[in-house]
Amino acid sequence: MAEMMYWEAIRRAHDEEMARDPLVICMGEDIGVAGGTYKATKGLYEKYGPLRVMDTPISENGYTGLGIGASFLGVKPIIELMSVNFAWLAMDQMFNSAAKVRYMSGGQLEAPCVFRSAGGTAHQLGAQHSARMEKVFMGVAGLRVVTPSNPKQAYGLLKSAVRSPDPVFINEHELMYNMKGEVPDEEYFHPLEGSEVTRSGTDVTLFGYNISVHWCLKAAEILAKQYNISAEVVDLYALAPLDREGIKKAVAKTHKAVVVEEDEAPCGVGSEVMAIINEECFWELDAPPVRVHAALVPTPFNHTLEKASIPNHEDVVKAVLKLFGKA
Amino acid sequence: MLSTQDKKRVLREMVLARRFEERCYQAYMERKIGGFLHLYPGQEACAIGVMEAARPGFDYVITGYRDHVHAIKCGSDPKAVMAELYGKETGCSKGRGGSMHIFDVANRFMGGYALVGGPFPLAAGMAKAIQMKGGDEIAICFLGDSANNQGTFHETMNMAALWNLPVLFICENNLYGIGTALHRSTAVTDQYKRVCSYGIESDQCDGQDIDVVFEHAKKAVEHVRSRKGPYFLELMTYRFRGHSMSDSRGYRTREEEEQWKERDPINILRDRLIAEGGYTQAEFEAMEKEIDAYIENEVIRFAEESPEPRVEELTRYVLAD
Repeated sequence: MAEMMYWEAIRRAHDEEMARDPLVICMGEDIGVAGGTYKATKGLYEKYGPLRVMDTPISENGYTGLGIGASFLGVKPIIELMSVNFAWLAMDQMFNSAAKVRYMSGGQLEAPCVFRSAGGTAHQLGAQHSARMEKVFMGVAGLRVVTPSNPKQAYGLLKSAVRSPDPVFINEHELMYNMKGEVPDEEYFHPLEGSEVTRSGTDVTLFGYNISVHWCLKAAEILAKQYNISAEVVDLYALAPLDREGIKKAVAKTHKAVVVEEDEAPCGVGSEVMAIINEECFWELDAPPVRVHAALVPTPFNHTLEKASIPNHEDVVKAVLKLFGKA
Repeated sequence: MLSTQDKKRVLREMVLARRFEERCYQAYMERKIGGFLHLYPGQEACAIGVMEAARPGFDYVITGYRDHVHAIKCGSDPKAVMAELYGKETGCSKGRGGSMHIFDVANRFMGGYALVGGPFPLAAGMAKAIQMKGGDEIAICFLGDSANNQGTFHETMNMAALWNLPVLFICENNLYGIGTALHRSTAVTDQYKRVCSYGIESDQCDGQDIDVVFEHAKKAVEHVRSRKGPYFLELMTYRFRGHSMSDSRGYRTREEEEQWKERDPINILRDRLIAEGGYTQAEFEAMEKEIDAYIENEVIRFAEESPEPRVEELTRYVLAD
């Protein structure tokens, strides 16, 4: 096990897959000569050349569609959308072409593309560079959605996504590229479905994904030390399909649930997990489940307002205490 | 130039295309076909003429929602296309696609797509794959004039030229985008001029005379196949019916329609063959009858007698099995 950063793990997965298969390519804005905004493709241009590491024009829908078309003929493109906010522009091709082509062709054609994009709020990037959009992607039939919370997942999910016959959207996070973590030395494929128990506990289950897993872990630490509450943390690294069985099992263990997301509440991961809990675990519950989520505002520029709009570990602690009648 | 023998064959293909589409119209009125239906009469010389100059079943073809004839010219069985319009399991897209989403990957017909302008980047992407794999194929993208007002048109032309992709864009300019006349939606009505700013070679010609289409398409196909870069060919044509079945054609005059019917691509070729000698009106009429019988006895019968998809397989093909 070597320790590496999230971006290094992504870069390693690119490199290994491109070395293995000459039909694996990557494309996106500034990914080649410039090495990638978050360094996820650093050095690949020099190694694999401009035909396989394509610096694209700033034409998100166009180059995404181009990658999808190439995948029809067996090319495996890893398409980087510099920011998830720009992915809005490419949703037409992602949803109308990649996600639907297998179905509407009666199984004749597939679009085995990988879409990677940095989501989340960073530091005062303003309303048009701070969106979280996983809720939009996870509701589209024919598209897999995964979201790595650590370097090991970032590496293993990209490896699995490249080998998947289905289009996969990988939701990364602007603030996590420099996060360090252990990644296996040998080749590792993280499953594209399922969930992971990141911390074991008995009193309450905290569901998180991507950055909110870390808020949950920090909250669990505080809850254990200061309030003697044992919280289990479940990492929902796969958002589509969601791990219905895993959610069911986790709630059946603690009988209390808190769902934590960086996104706004309406029609989001929290809503969906709560619906599953309601459908599957209603009689297991000791208390109504709680959601922790962002305020429904275009993300403000002002630092104080921005901070107020996004939840953190303290909000998770508060939600748990409320659930236990201690707040 | 097309030989006399070729001309007789493509005339037959155009008549089959016409009678197929007219029979779709009837089946739609009988409510045997549901959904949207966009018919091709008037434009037959475009798809058939271009593909005559290319290699059907070898070159990769993609188009919009007016796609039945393109698929058949690429090699699709008319029975499977009709069954698709009927939503049957034996349809070429297993009843999951419908009229706007005909797919026949074995014949390299890579689909009909319903988002106007959507196929542009997909075609360029297929060309990218061809470029990487080093084959002799080309990608051919058939779309209408109004697709050129989408962002995907400009984004794709730029990338196709920038990366020298082997893709041929065929613009079937039928003068209307749904129900809006070209000059009312588009600042520059000559579509072939619009790609000049991307450095793409282009041309414009009559889309009603298949001999003219063939000659221009031959040059275009050779340009792309010899890897000289993308090419854009504009064919001036007209759809005799409305945009779709729900179109009462209130945006154009009956006089204009009659004028274009004077330039029916089937009549142009038929009259030429008769004038050149060795072909008669009686032969033509016999062929029409034979085609109608084939459509009725084989194509329609197959579609009507085929089974529906099984509800148990509703969610099959969403993801890989």
